[in-house]
Amino acid sequence: MDLKEKLISSFMAFENLMDVDLPVHDIRSQAIKVFETNGFPTKRDEAWKYTSLNNVLKHDYSVFPKHENAIEYNDVKKYFIHDIDTYKIVFIDGKYSSHLSQTTHDGIDVCLMSSALNKPKYSVLIENYFNKIASKDSFTSLNTAFSCEGAYIHIPKNKLVAKPIQIVHFSTGSEAALMLQPRNLIVVDENSHVQIIERHQSLTDNPVLTNSVTEIYANKRSIVDYYKIQNDNENASLIDNTFINQKQESVASVHTFSFGGKLTRNNLNFYQNGERIDSTLKGVTIIGNKQHVDHNTLVHHIEPNCESHQDYKGIFGDTATGVFNGKVVVNKEAQKTNAFQANNNILLSDKASINTKPQLEIFADDVKCSHGCTIGQLDESAMFYMRSRGIPEKEAKALLMYAFSNNVLNSVKIPEIKQRITKIIATKLGVNIGFDL
Amino acid sequence: MLKINNLHASVEDKSILRGINLEVRAGEVHAIMGPNGSGKSTLASVIAGKEEYDVSEGEILLNDENIDELAAEERAHRGIFLSFQYPIEIPGVSVTNFMKTAINETRKAKGLPDMPANEMLKMIREKSELLEIDRKFLSRSLNEGFSGGEKKRNEIFQMAMLEPKLAILDETDSGLDIDALRIVANGVNKLKNKDNAVIVITHYQRLLDYIVPDFVHVLYDGRIVKSGGKELAHELEEKGYDWIKEEVNA
Repeated sequence: MDLKEKLISSFMAFENLMDVDLPVHDIRSQAIKVFETNGFPTKRDEAWKYTSLNNVLKHDYSVFPKHENAIEYNDVKKYFIHDIDTYKIVFIDGKYSSHLSQTTHDGIDVCLMSSALNKPKYSVLIENYFNKIASKDSFTSLNTAFSCEGAYIHIPKNKLVAKPIQIVHFSTGSEAALMLQPRNLIVVDENSHVQIIERHQSLTDNPVLTNSVTEIYANKRSIVDYYKIQNDNENASLIDNTFINQKQESVASVHTFSFGGKLTRNNLNFYQNGERIDSTLKGVTIIGNKQHVDHNTLVHHIEPNCESHQDYKGIFGDTATGVFNGKVVVNKEAQKTNAFQANNNILLSDKASINTKPQLEIFADDVKCSHGCTIGQLDESAMFYMRSRGIPEKEAKALLMYAFSNNVLNSVKIPEIKQRITKIIATKLGVNIGFDL
Repeated sequence: MLKINNLHASVEDKSILRGINLEVRAGEVHAIMGPNGSGKSTLASVIAGKEEYDVSEGEILLNDENIDELAAEERAHRGIFLSFQYPIEIPGVSVTNFMKTAINETRKAKGLPDMPANEMLKMIREKSELLEIDRKFLSRSLNEGFSGGEKKRNEIFQMAMLEPKLAILDETDSGLDIDALRIVANGVNKLKNKDNAVIVITHYQRLLDYIVPDFVHVLYDGRIVKSGGKELAHELEEKGYDWIKEEVNA
């Protein structure tokens, strides 16, 4: 039985465990039908032309983990941003870990999707927001069909959330192969500000496939900063589907740091439903071996006077492969749009590759839109320059790569994240640079 | 200090240096002049350890050690410094951080601990004053958006920070106005002492009015075809290179 069949037959069993009287029941039933019709995407689909799922879908994944597993905090502390106080929503093999989490209902809701879907007090919010901007593609539909757990964050208006919120998923390897489908809903009301950090971490070499969906609603004048740290091991794959709906004068940013994983696909979608909106999409990818990272972005400018800034840097070594597919749509009404997109790549070996494709669909006539992509090698003359000053080859390479990623790191607003990212890069490159850029 | 014996070097099978012999002792200033394409910059790059060049014959000795097999950074650790004709722009790395890394990596290679931060700052302040460099300049990305003169001044600032035994200044005077030329030359002269040496590579005599050479060599077609004192530079300035070419070709 292939994975598609297994999932479809598992859906019946899954629904039997769920409350069929909830409105989400209908949403799930419709979603599984979409998945059943479409199946998993293949390279024949334009959006998946450069990303093959064959090696990821071949495993016999457990769809429902049987065991509840515990982890000691000290064993996984390093995967958290632990030097500052944060809220934490932590899952182990898809199940909520109250032991590792720190949630709250004090003025804001930082809690679980399972509560939000089941408890009457959240029903209005769920009705207004759940699955409203998630697309109807195959992976998202599959996630919707199985949606039952994840992070639920609601920030009512005029709240400045002082502590960042960490959403962390661990997989323990208790199953030979595991498929996870976390579902997050984040609603940030007027004038509120929140910072969120998301990470998926496999603790063993057993294959893991995570198909994650996050819906984010940035309402009027809200500020949302989202950081994705993707530094998983080489048997873990991630399909990340993130949808952000912005209302007028909101400012939203997503930084994606992709440093590890077998296959990582980031489907990141911004919808600007209001005027004077600012959207930022930035990413640094540094991978080697046979790793694959695919950034598939969409910024949809729907109304006038908005901005979007995209800046993705990629460094690919060994036989690593990358994809950047950045789509910007500017509606006819969206005059005075400023949309910028840049994708710069360095290939460290002859066998590494990147496919980069900007797609601009502009229907308004008074806009500023730019895009640029570059693919190059590490600059040999810069290497010689640095080495002639006494900086050894490895350190010189690292310095050039830091410098290359610097634009993206600069806009990270949480210093501890910047330090952590710098450290991950240094560890990856096996160097110790005496300063932070 | 530096001894070059019968050095032959080529790039992509194109022979550029064809038997260079040169000896530079501590305390000396040597000028290497010559027409375009004679191999001046290649000689500088080969001494500094640029890997694109293939040394097919001969040897380079630094304090009696053959450095042919040493990487560029190892040569730097032994005290060789090259001031680039075209300094490279490195966006994202500030001048200060670049110098900190260069100094501490050199110290590491010598088994020394990192330079204490206050000592480093003091040194940066002193050396930047010597080159009349604005402090704000030091937090800018290395060479990015620098004018030609700023780049060259920055090269000599790096030289001042690294305190090399042998400094090779490759066309440091090109792109400098007279004020910048004076500042740069003044910096070099202040750094000069009896234990170090300088090789000045230049087309023109004007830099040599400020940095006065003990020896002047003329490089032509990959060989040093004439050597003399500082008066040779004046002669070249007056008469050009044609008479040298004629002498050689005859």
